[in-house]
Formats: sequence, structure tokens, C-alpha cells
Amino acid sequence: MLRCNDYIFAESLDEAYALNRKKSAAIVGGCGWLKLGSRQWGSVIDLSRLGLDKITETDEAFTIGAMVTLRDIEKHEGLNAYTNGAIKESVRHIVGTQFRNTVTVGGSIFGRFGFSDVLTVFMVTDSFVELYKGGVIPLHEFAKLHYDDDILVNVIVKKNPLKMAYSSFRNQQTDFPVLTFAHAFREDGAFSVIGARPSRAELKRDEENILKDIFSKSQDEVIEAINAYALWISSQYTYESNLRASADYRRHIAEVLARRTVTAIVDKG
Amino acid sequence: MEIKLWINGKLIKDNVEPDTPMLEYLRSKGCYSVKRGCETSNCGLCTVWLEDKPILSCTLPLMRADGKHITTLEGLQSEAEEFGAFLADEGAEQCGFCNSGFIMNVLAMKRELNDPTEEEIKEYLTGNLCRCTGYVGQLRAIKKYLKSVKGDLGNE
Repeated sequence: MLRCNDYIFAESLDEAYALNRKKSAAIVGGCGWLKLGSRQWGSVIDLSRLGLDKITETDEAFTIGAMVTLRDIEKHEGLNAYTNGAIKESVRHIVGTQFRNTVTVGGSIFGRFGFSDVLTVFMVTDSFVELYKGGVIPLHEFAKLHYDDDILVNVIVKKNPLKMAYSSFRNQQTDFPVLTFAHAFREDGAFSVIGARPSRAELKRDEENILKDIFSKSQDEVIEAINAYALWISSQYTYESNLRASADYRRHIAEVLARRTVTAIVDKG
Repeated sequence: MEIKLWINGKLIKDNVEPDTPMLEYLRSKGCYSVKRGCETSNCGLCTVWLEDKPILSCTLPLMRADGKHITTLEGLQSEAEEFGAFLADEGAEQCGFCNSGFIMNVLAMKRELNDPTEEEIKEYLTGNLCRCTGYVGQLRAIKKYLKSVKGDLGNE
């Protein structure tokens, strides 16, 4: 249950930042995570009156405000056209419609949760976070940082041409994922992200060029290359056990999801 | 803290604790359809509409509703009764404990989705748990209800 001594609607990011510098303060997104804790907070800071609930699309980028809900990105036509539906695929298995109407992109990304579908899918794109003090930094770098008192203002997705897909594995519908996988063919290379291992998602590039020229290969060569890539990429990560699955099981699932997800992109052409 | 909100169209000005849960507050105002079935934002029993969108009242703090409109099942009596009759006709439910949150989400789906497929219905409602049934009766009731509502519109 959320417990706090004060609930403050910040009137500016400056005010929110000043308030958030106290150790006893917390920023509330949709409260999906905070409500699971038992800590008594001093001030809970609400950003919902700062106009951060909008997705802006230009020729160069999507700018997604911290208070945009998971349901908003699920339904956004431009974002889903750009990501070949991967955004919708990444969030549609998360609890239910009402939950996704409640929780926010800012909360999901700032939390850098080990189980995060949202962190996984955005990281494989050319994406950035805009922090109030820290400025604009690549999402895959942000994901490695420790928690601090900065404020996530926007998530920015650059609209460089890409072909991508997302998949996750769950023991049962709507549960936390056992493993998450995203892949993108971008102008600067082929990239995969594996998350829920069960630690934070990480970005890796096809450094061995296993998937080079995949779109112009024969069918047999494609199958061979994808099998080799699935084996290679799944071996580039560490896996751990928790109550949902063992490390060995996750490693196996990673190879399967890699094979299926990359195949789905290549089959589409 | 001072709060001003509308519950089922009625303006309420109140003074509340900053961490008041929306769910318990709504019950304190007589909205007993709103129930807490789990502690983990998973069951959907607490579903209400905030500015016409279905949300989890167990999860969002009450203060987030300041200046906004909340709709509960108590505010949708005739529509709920109409759909409830379809549930009853199909023998869809046993204990009925989950059905207030479930009906709130079905009525939200009716407004949001146009002519949904079975898969789309299941996906929209997957956050509403029922522990007595296998959801088959509910699905029959929803399909017949949506068909009937569409028929009504067609006749207007």
C-alpha cells in the first residue's frame, strides 16, 4: 500500500527535482510499483500536471512523455507502424487493460526493472532518455546506471529506418515474463536485447556479422545463419534462477526466442 | 488534503489523508461494487473509470483523481442490468464476486472496441479474474450482448 505524509502535484520540473532530492521522497507514475512496497514515504511527487502525458511525432523522432501510459503506446498508430507492431506486442501481455491504463512509460523505464518488457523493446531502437539534470543519454547506457534523484522527462525514439520484432515467454498469461527478447536490423547493424534473465535488459550488437546480408541470402543460408546467431547471441548473456525459471531454462528459451524473432523479421522481408 | 472530484456525476469536496487509496475511499462513499480481490493489481475487481477509461482503483492514489470524474458500477445501473441479464441467461457465473469489476471492463470495451473478435475480447478482459468458471459462459454472454447492442443501434 502507498503510505506517505504528503502528496504534491509538482508545478514545474524544477520544483519536482528540488522535492525529489530528499531521500524520503518518491516520484509516482501509475503507482503500480510503489503500492507494492511497505515504506512510509515523506513526500510523493506527482508529475501529472506537467503535460508529460503526450506522444509527439516529428519526421525525426517520437517523444514520449514520462506520464504516457502503457495503453497509450499500445494504441499509438505511428509508434506501432514504426516498430512493426513490436511496442504493442511488448505490452499487451502485461496484466490487463486497466493496469496498462494506469501505469506509465516513465515509471517502467526509470524503474529499470529486471522483468521489464518495456525497457527491452525500447532499448533495441535508437532510443534515449531525457533527464531533467542529466540531459539526453542513450537508453542502453541509462539502463546500466544506479538510481538517483534525477527525473525522467521523456523517452525519445529516433526514427532511423529499422525492421524489428519483439517476443516474450511467460509461464502463464499476464504474469511477469520468464524472458524477453527484442531484435532490430538497423542501419548501424543488427541488435538484440535480452531481458528478464531475470536482471536488467542489455543491448548487444551482432559483432560477428553472423546476420550480414541476411535479406539477400537463399533460404538454406538464412536458416543456417539464424541458427548460428541464436546460439551466439544467447551465449553472450548471463542468466540466473528465480522462482519462475532456472538459469539453464532461460538460456534455452533465449536461443528459441532469438531464432523465432529474427526469423519472423526476415520472413517479412 | 483538500480534494474535489466527481463520483458518478456528483461533485464531492472533501478533506482526505494524502495516501488515501481510491478503492477504500469509493467504498466509504457507498460504492460497494468496488472490491479488493487481491493485493497485487492483478484481479480487476476494483475496476472503475477515471475520465471514462477503465483503471485499477486499488493502484492509483485517490489524489490523482483530484479535479476528475470517476464512474463506478453504481453510476451505470441500467446498462449493468442489461448486460447482467445476458450473464444470467448464460449461467455464466457462480458466486458473482468478480462481476462488478468485470462488468465495468466489458462496458468500457463496448465503448472502445468496434466489433471485436473473440481474441480481442479475451485480450481486453484478460485482467479480470474469475475463479469459479472457465470464462466460457461469460464469453457467450458478451458476444450475445454486443450483437444485441449493435442490433439496437442498427434499428435506430
